[in-house]
Amino acid sequence: MTLQGESAEHQWVDDHAGPVVRPYAVTGGRARPVTGTFDLISLVTATRKDVSPEIGLGPEHLAIVGLCQRMQSVAEIAAHLDLPVGTVRVLLGDLVARSLVQIREPQSTVGIPDHSIFEAVINGLRAL
Amino acid sequence: MDYGHSERPPGAATLPTAIKILVAGGFGVGKTTMVGAVSETRPLRTEEVLTESGVGIDDLSGVEAKQTTTVAMDFGRITISDDLVLYLFGTPGQDRFWFVWDELSLGAIGAVVLADTRRLADCFPSIDYFEGRGTPFLVAVNCFEGAREYRLDEVQAALNLDPEVPVLLCDARSRSSAKEVLITLVEHAMKVRDARRSVD
Repeated sequence: MTLQGESAEHQWVDDHAGPVVRPYAVTGGRARPVTGTFDLISLVTATRKDVSPEIGLGPEHLAIVGLCQRMQSVAEIAAHLDLPVGTVRVLLGDLVARSLVQIREPQSTVGIPDHSIFEAVINGLRAL
Repeated sequence: MDYGHSERPPGAATLPTAIKILVAGGFGVGKTTMVGAVSETRPLRTEEVLTESGVGIDDLSGVEAKQTTTVAMDFGRITISDDLVLYLFGTPGQDRFWFVWDELSLGAIGAVVLADTRRLADCFPSIDYFEGRGTPFLVAVNCFEGAREYRLDEVQAALNLDPEVPVLLCDARSRSSAKEVLITLVEHAMKVRDARRSVD
């Protein structure tokens, strides 16, 4: 696409226009991940420093591995890559299936948080 | 981003945990402002897209031509320590997006219901929702300039709240005020948790 084309695009594509690419295009039409449920605050860490392109991995998969060199939540990945959460969940399922990322489910889905967690949050907030 | 595996936290250390707090209330009451005031970065925005697979449970009559509906959520992050991260989620204001609320409130340790005394009724749906779900919450009255000031007990009575539910004044733009609201909420949530545990 030429530069001119891009600027013309920006004139009519604003937030109200909605997604320009249908949300599940980057997942090959899949709406559900092959594995995992992925809460919005599940924490994702890459298991490798980088991944070379291979069959079945698109640029969005590689972008997630790059982003998750530092631990990120599912919500943060979606926000940084500007993709809907549902799309990110499908991509994460692919990455988990290849052991390219590690998922830490939030404490709260395991059970009611421990007393020590409440105290740590209170102390942490006071120290802000 | 140039570090090797050896510099990662050792496996023996506590595994990182994420927790979340919701910020709810009517449209324009200052939810995103509060999230931004206390978060370490400007609020991020994430979107859920309601696609064809969801239309069966959503009433789209009259908008048959519309293929997808986007629900945006603003959120922020507060890194408490290396192994504890707190996320603040502003709930989408539109009442028809309850399915997003269900997902958001699952596992949330508590919720801030922001209220504007000029439009107090706007926070009723949020209060009803958290009462119904049993999510610990408090009501923070955002002090808008020009709004008549009410006493906190007047607000409490007007909202017909359980006397246990904290009600406080705040300035959603102020970091210290937003901090105080969150601390009060977590203390309240801890009390609710302990009370429930002793009943069990």
